[in-house]
Amino acid sequence: MNKPLRRIAIFCGLLVLSLMIRDNWLQYVRADELNASKYNRRVQIERFAHERGNIITADGQTITGSTETSGTDFKYKRVWKDGAMWSPVTGYASQTYDASQLEKIEDSVLSGTDNRLFFDRTLSMFTGEKKQGGNVVTTLNSAAQKAAFQGLGDKKGAVAALNPQTGAILALASTPSYDPSVFAGNTYKDGSNYKTLLDDKNQPMLNRALRQTYPPGSTFKVVTAAAALENGLYSGIDEPTKSPVPYILPDTAHQPLNNEGNIPCENATLKVALQWSCNTVFGKISADLGNDKMKAEAEKFGFNKEIFNPVRTDASVYPKDNRPQNAMAGIGQASNRATPLQMAMVAAAVANDGKLMKPYMVDQLQAPNVDVLSKTQPEQMSQPLSAANAQKLQKMMEFVVTDGTGTNAQIPGVTVGGKTGTAQHGVDNNGNPYAWFISYAKSGDGSPVAVAVVIEGSDTTRDDIAGGKLAAPIAKNVMKAVLDSKK
Amino acid sequence: MSVVTNTTTIGAIEAPSRRNTELALLIFAVAIPVFAYANVGLAMTGKLPSGMLGYGLGLGLMAGVAHLVVRKFAKYADPLLLPLATLLNGLGLVLIWRLDQSPRLIQRAKNAWGKFSPDAPHQLLYTAIGVALFIGVLLVLKDHRILQRYTYISMAVALFLLVLPMFFPAVNGAKIWISIPGLGTIQPGEFAKIIIAVFFSGYLMVKRDALALASRRFMGLYLPRGRDLGPILVIWALSILILVFETDLGTSLLFFGLFVVMLYVATERTSWIVFGLLMSAVGAVAVASFEPHVQSRVNAWIDPFACYKTDKTGACQQIGDAILSFGSGGTLGTGLGQGNSDLIGFAANADFILSTVGEELGLAGMMALLLIYGLIVERGVRTALAARDPFGKLLAIGLSGAFALQVFVVAGGVMGLIPLTGMTMPFLAQGGSSVIANWALIGILIRISDTARRPAPAPAPSPDAEMTQVVRP
Repeated sequence: MNKPLRRIAIFCGLLVLSLMIRDNWLQYVRADELNASKYNRRVQIERFAHERGNIITADGQTITGSTETSGTDFKYKRVWKDGAMWSPVTGYASQTYDASQLEKIEDSVLSGTDNRLFFDRTLSMFTGEKKQGGNVVTTLNSAAQKAAFQGLGDKKGAVAALNPQTGAILALASTPSYDPSVFAGNTYKDGSNYKTLLDDKNQPMLNRALRQTYPPGSTFKVVTAAAALENGLYSGIDEPTKSPVPYILPDTAHQPLNNEGNIPCENATLKVALQWSCNTVFGKISADLGNDKMKAEAEKFGFNKEIFNPVRTDASVYPKDNRPQNAMAGIGQASNRATPLQMAMVAAAVANDGKLMKPYMVDQLQAPNVDVLSKTQPEQMSQPLSAANAQKLQKMMEFVVTDGTGTNAQIPGVTVGGKTGTAQHGVDNNGNPYAWFISYAKSGDGSPVAVAVVIEGSDTTRDDIAGGKLAAPIAKNVMKAVLDSKK
Repeated sequence: MSVVTNTTTIGAIEAPSRRNTELALLIFAVAIPVFAYANVGLAMTGKLPSGMLGYGLGLGLMAGVAHLVVRKFAKYADPLLLPLATLLNGLGLVLIWRLDQSPRLIQRAKNAWGKFSPDAPHQLLYTAIGVALFIGVLLVLKDHRILQRYTYISMAVALFLLVLPMFFPAVNGAKIWISIPGLGTIQPGEFAKIIIAVFFSGYLMVKRDALALASRRFMGLYLPRGRDLGPILVIWALSILILVFETDLGTSLLFFGLFVVMLYVATERTSWIVFGLLMSAVGAVAVASFEPHVQSRVNAWIDPFACYKTDKTGACQQIGDAILSFGSGGTLGTGLGQGNSDLIGFAANADFILSTVGEELGLAGMMALLLIYGLIVERGVRTALAARDPFGKLLAIGLSGAFALQVFVVAGGVMGLIPLTGMTMPFLAQGGSSVIANWALIGILIRISDTARRPAPAPAPSPDAEMTQVVRP
């Protein structure tokens, strides 16, 4: 009977072996995946098990905090200072509703589980020190953020500001906003607060600066002008453009493109056309260049792809389109759409002599003992236009502020370039238009700030909504805040 | 001139009894759980648990008494079985105590029943009863062959125990418990496992020749005669009935597997294995296709995370939680008392106790634990190999095979390797019947191994010996 006994012994050995292999599969091969699974409540528990690290502005202001709670699962709760102002930057970290944006992306550092913090963890195990998460130091300028948020006030809109020389994001505001503190816990009230925010038709949890695309309106004429210069359509910014008023859209019999009001656009130079925001001129330029060239130039500015800074920014769009639509896209009034951050990038690329820097908002990650874990190095994303052309375009944009539609953005003693926009939308353009303003300021050594402001239709009359009146003052205050903090 | 000595040397030199080895191993088997106990206390409250001394003494006392009984009444027994069982039982107590301290489980029990009562003290009591039964087996059962006399009585008792739970209400979807007012609940299947192994051994020892030899050869396989198929069909039908009426996947699998293993050992016919596998496959598929309880288990096994996407209830969340618990443990685990395996609110210290091991002791701890189980099975199979009588061989392989199958079915179920079944991890899981029955199982194995390793009595001196030795040069 011993032969079958030995076989049974082997069989039993195989049973145990298969258990061991399965266990290795679960606890070694799939350990990381299971550990981070969205179904794994331990992720949330760990997130709030220790005092969570903080998110800090470039000027050293701590914009988050942690308070101790008495729950069984969660020892700490996340709190925010000026939550509504900063939530487009921080996102939220809720005990019930997961986390978003920086709170989610840098979660491993903030909750102290990151591999780079292994040494700290091991050390605190021996010293008995309280475990703590690391900090995220952002590039945001608290004065600029405040100017942006207060400027928007109770209007619906967004502001994005960049440092053109590095791509560092200086301000990122969106209104109406939300305070993530109201649903950070796990009580019934947190749940109803969250539901109220979700159901609000004004979408307070939508990050308009990054996740909402708008028709860019006349601010897109900067891109069109860059395409014209880059493709050598005109020899200079003072050459007449041979454009008629009204301009009949290509491939249409009598579809005229008109200007807003009686402005000197017929055969205007590029400079004058931008000064008065001539639809006829830029529509013609876009049509003359054609869809491919316009699309290529827009893509160099960052259109048609998502940008991770590291928070995801929706892709701005410049689509493939027929000739009349492409002509309309040249004035930002067709199916091309842009996020506020994208338009800030356009202004920044021009201000930085044609070099577009990749936007980022995390300057460095710090261990709890303020050792630097990683630091973001500025990185060039593309070169949408040559330095010479960029300087020409700067002259045009500066002229807009000194003598054109953007006079509201003037700052005494500072060179400011800008472009207004009033984008119509809705069926038959009956929605309240979007007021846009993009601009940059220059000091002695290059430009320290570029900004884009968009304000969704308010109930004021159409004339009032023009970008120069509503959006330009906000842009001016943001630029001023950045310039003042440099002093 | 050589001195003439007794020439029948084999068996005359006494084999080492290995009792001191057993004692040394037992010291570790008691010390390790005591350290684990201290570890849990330090991790959860920052100080040594107050019950540590009593717990250590209790476990040590039980192990010591069991050892003395083995030393006296089963001198040549296998030295590993007792320490391994003690270690598992001790660790099980620590794990149950650890889960008793979980604020989450306490809260949960209070919400469900209005009060919380810790399980560890009960388990300690059950362990004491189990060890007492172990000692009783060694005292009463002087020779395992006595059991052979009770072949058919065993069958009747086993059937009775298996059928009994049908008349009691289902608990958590499975009818495997009987409740006796005032005493609590008993899982008769755990005891039936041992008793039916006795029946199979006795039955097969008698019938093995008929089953093995009277067969036809067909396509390279020896097919049994129709009438010899009778018993296997009966057992198969019985296990299917258990599955249908008690909706207990595990017990059914265990009994059928046990029978096929023992039949194969008794007859040495591979065809029985083929038949066994075919029949269990047919039975399992048939039952799984119409029994909703079994079906839900199978669905949960196919996609453990399916019901996270819909509603968070039911069997599939348990298995998903268990898998997440294992994954969160990683290679080294979180350390005892520091994991979150108590997120599996249901049966955390019973069916799912293994996930606490996985999460808090990690892959390393799980490997060690599986090795301990493997070692117990290996010692059992070795006992079967060493046994001198076919009944002892069959009984030893039956018991260790059942043990191995149970470990596989439970651990495989909890780790998502096979559909989950309602059985308990031997020695580790909370549950009186399981601990008591498994101590009896170890007792019987120790008795068989003692008989197997006991030196053969020296042959009676032959009266002719002197005469044949007379011739001298």
